[in-house]
Amino acid sequence: MKKILMTAAAAAMMLGAASASSQAEALKACWVYIGPIGDFGWTYQHHQGLEAVKKELGDKVETAYAENIPEADSEKTFERFAREGCKVIYGTSFGYMEPMLKVAKKFPDVKFEHATGYKTADNMGTYNAKFHEGRYVIGQIAAKMSKTGTAGYIASFPIPEVVSGINAFMLGAQSVNPDFKVKVIWANTWFDPAKEADAAKVLLSQGADIMSQHTDSTAPLQVVQEAGKLGFGQASDMIKFAPKAQMTAIVDNWAPHYIKSVKAVMDGTWKAGQVWSGMAEGEVVMAPYTNLPDDVAKMAAETAEAIKTGKLNPFGGKITKQDGTEVETVDDGMILGMNWYVKGVDDKLPQ
Amino acid sequence: MEIFLTLLTIVMTAATPLLLAALGETVTERSGVLNLGVEGMMIMGAVGGFGGAYLSGNPWVGVFFSIVGGMFMALLFGILTLQLLANQVATGLALTLLGLGLSALLGESFVGQPGVKLPTVSGIDPLIPFSIIMVGVVSWLLFRSKAGLIIRAVGNSHASAHALGYNVIAVRFCCVLFGGAMSGLAGGYLSLVYTPQWVENMSAGKGWIALALVVFASWLPLRVLAGAYLFGTISILSFVFQAMSLGIPSQLLSSLPYIGTILALVVISGNKALTRRNTPASLGQPFVPDR
Amino acid sequence: MRLEKRAERSVKMAIASPFIALALTVVSAALIFAMRGDNPFYALYVYFIEPLTALWTVEQVLVKAAPLVLIGAGLAVAYRANVWNIGAEGQLTAGAICAGAIPILFPTWQSPLTLLSMLVMGIVGGMAWGAIPAYLRNRFHANEILTSLMLVYVVQLFLDWLVRGPWRDPQGFNFPKSITFSDWQLLPYLTSGIHAGVIISLLVALALGFVMTRTLKGFEITVTGHSLRAARFSGFSEKHTVMFCMLLSGGLAGLAGAIEISSVVGQLQPQISPGYGFAAIIVAFLGRLNPIGAIFAGLLLALSYIGGEAVQTALQIPDKITRVIQGILLFYVLACDTLILYRFTSGAKA
Repeated sequence: MKKILMTAAAAAMMLGAASASSQAEALKACWVYIGPIGDFGWTYQHHQGLEAVKKELGDKVETAYAENIPEADSEKTFERFAREGCKVIYGTSFGYMEPMLKVAKKFPDVKFEHATGYKTADNMGTYNAKFHEGRYVIGQIAAKMSKTGTAGYIASFPIPEVVSGINAFMLGAQSVNPDFKVKVIWANTWFDPAKEADAAKVLLSQGADIMSQHTDSTAPLQVVQEAGKLGFGQASDMIKFAPKAQMTAIVDNWAPHYIKSVKAVMDGTWKAGQVWSGMAEGEVVMAPYTNLPDDVAKMAAETAEAIKTGKLNPFGGKITKQDGTEVETVDDGMILGMNWYVKGVDDKLPQ
Repeated sequence: MEIFLTLLTIVMTAATPLLLAALGETVTERSGVLNLGVEGMMIMGAVGGFGGAYLSGNPWVGVFFSIVGGMFMALLFGILTLQLLANQVATGLALTLLGLGLSALLGESFVGQPGVKLPTVSGIDPLIPFSIIMVGVVSWLLFRSKAGLIIRAVGNSHASAHALGYNVIAVRFCCVLFGGAMSGLAGGYLSLVYTPQWVENMSAGKGWIALALVVFASWLPLRVLAGAYLFGTISILSFVFQAMSLGIPSQLLSSLPYIGTILALVVISGNKALTRRNTPASLGQPFVPDR
Repeated sequence: MRLEKRAERSVKMAIASPFIALALTVVSAALIFAMRGDNPFYALYVYFIEPLTALWTVEQVLVKAAPLVLIGAGLAVAYRANVWNIGAEGQLTAGAICAGAIPILFPTWQSPLTLLSMLVMGIVGGMAWGAIPAYLRNRFHANEILTSLMLVYVVQLFLDWLVRGPWRDPQGFNFPKSITFSDWQLLPYLTSGIHAGVIISLLVALALGFVMTRTLKGFEITVTGHSLRAARFSGFSEKHTVMFCMLLSGGLAGLAGAIEISSVVGQLQPQISPGYGFAAIIVAFLGRLNPIGAIFAGLLLALSYIGGEAVQTALQIPDKITRVIQGILLFYVLACDTLILYRFTSGAKA
């Protein structure tokens, strides 16, 4: 594969960088990653999606990726990919939004897809996954398994995706135990194993005996296992790091979306949309249930199935906010812009 | 009481890598060498430590290789600054840059692998008491042994020490290597105890904090201990306050350790007498034997 | 083999040493590529040469070099006087915050002065943040390396709080970013890839070069760096020099921050710079603490960044190699620099 890539790249370069690539057969699809593919979390899962595309489409597709691209410095990477003949470019971090828009304007023939964003253009769409569906499931498990009635939550940054995750977790827990408590620590990082480990230790000392996280390293689970408690993996199945502590994990499965998207670009049916899939489309998957008694595992599986088939909506029905007001229905837009807590969460959000 | 002990254990784990690295750098700086490459030595220690433990299955092999990793970087530094008389500040920075990149390269195959952890007893691993014992050892070495006298003489006036017949370069080289060993060990602590895994850049700035602690402590080992534990306490407290939902913005809490370090630096450095008495006067100046 | 101090600086080596260092780096890079199984010549071509072969990559190199040169030139002056400002990244951030205050707090003020005042505010912000370590050193003898470094973390956390709270874009779905700046709040582009900041950086570096070699101030700084006693005898105040150098390097870093947010970034967000303040330290040394040298060093370093990205996308060579190569380059430069002031001799002392 590498040889094909090298020869193709060399050929393209010798023809001059500005001219469009003359690959009649293979479509070039490119990914820009915010972190290393070895993070075993967010970026790792996106890369698994890339590998799935390669596996599914074989010779019909050529792939390339760039890792550790900081947001402030990403415009030149997107421009490079566009000039190197990529026909579809995926930006996998929120902060890529403005740079992608800029480059998309310059290259109307190239398709762009931005993960977790909200701005679009004729040739730029967004895609996201309904992670909060998974949070509801683990919230239920947490309430069932916790002896102290308190869970610890290591959160990264107070953006809607994280806030809706906390809320969904709480709602799931409250469906089993209405007095369940969640303690939140904001690590102010997506990935810093030492900090996450410290946060986990502090939460455990404050009475939490179930750990959930919206940060990407495996450190919290390691701490949890060491302490003989239980927790949930994030973005990937982290069972290898905590075989005795992980109950399940919310796995980001980007493969179905990437395959669909690349195929659409191939047939010419690609449209700039705002894709938001969840369990139903197979993009949010629960890792195998381990370290759980059978009845809890069964309950979790049933809840997941209900969400998958649409019978259960984590944000369905009337919801009471932290400030006491009630919300009749929570629509997609409200979830995407969520900046309020549900009743029962013991934390304050920056306003 | 129980929760206090638990928090104390957490603080000790957070403080130990800082303590180890800062002790090493204290000795280095006492001999007159300013090695800003602590971060680079630490991260090489981290990858060496993880690799050694992962490939052999024995965490103590990891400890050994973490020391090797740190000393290797210190060796490069020593050659450049002590033999080739390069600028110490720049070389230290280059060391950090090289260390971060090289460790990432070496550790590529270690990513995503769970590591081997050092055995612990109720949350305390062997390196914690070791680090505290080292405070005493370094203190005795610097202030109660002949070797320490020579080190401090070299650090205060390398010309005079040379005139007295002491091999300034050799003394400094030993101190630099010691600093490398301790920083490497600190890095190994990160990947063998703190979070038993390998991730690039996992030192996350701890090397720089250790450097600040050395100055904060006026190059006195006991104060290094106090500083490391103070910093660790403030860092952990910021999380504790969050978990107690006190409503203080998390960014403010996260910045407290750094603001605290600046304030401490100011207070300590403002005490001119103390500073003058303890600052190695030849710190950062290259030594060239003329005769 | 011993090192013996030369009678005076070897001009031959002063010119040759960076090239020797570069040559050694290229050889080392080739070895690294070869060890990984990649074609070393092709990789070297993609890394160092190819970015210079097309206009759009040249533009990228220039845009990347601009902040490096601007900050690096300022740091070069400060380091000459032994004022070790390591916190340029923080001064950059402070400048960006102050500059960004104008479009965020006065979004409708449209005038040719808007952009200008943003740049001025950037300088002011950077100077203010740089003044703190200077004051702490002058008044309390606090080491400026550590104070300036700690302040980086502090101001970054402050920026984070700002864009998540009071300065957050109300239409932004609660994401941590400010409003995007409008046309008159952005730097004009001279070609499709190059913005005015590139020219500003070049002019500032040239001006600093002039100041250092032809003005009394420059002399003052150089003397202070060589010998504090001589400086004092000449009537130069160490404290003034320290403050001047921190204000200068801080102000330029702040200007670079203002340029970044009014060009490439176009708004305020938690991360506005991929570490320019730290990379500029390398530029200052590569450029031998000379503002003119900083221009070339900045271009070289920018080339290594762009080239590093090119080998990533073309050959899937990981980005870590770039950092290793940059570290090796700096090492060789420092090692070769020795030959300017000292020479190797064999045998007994004279």
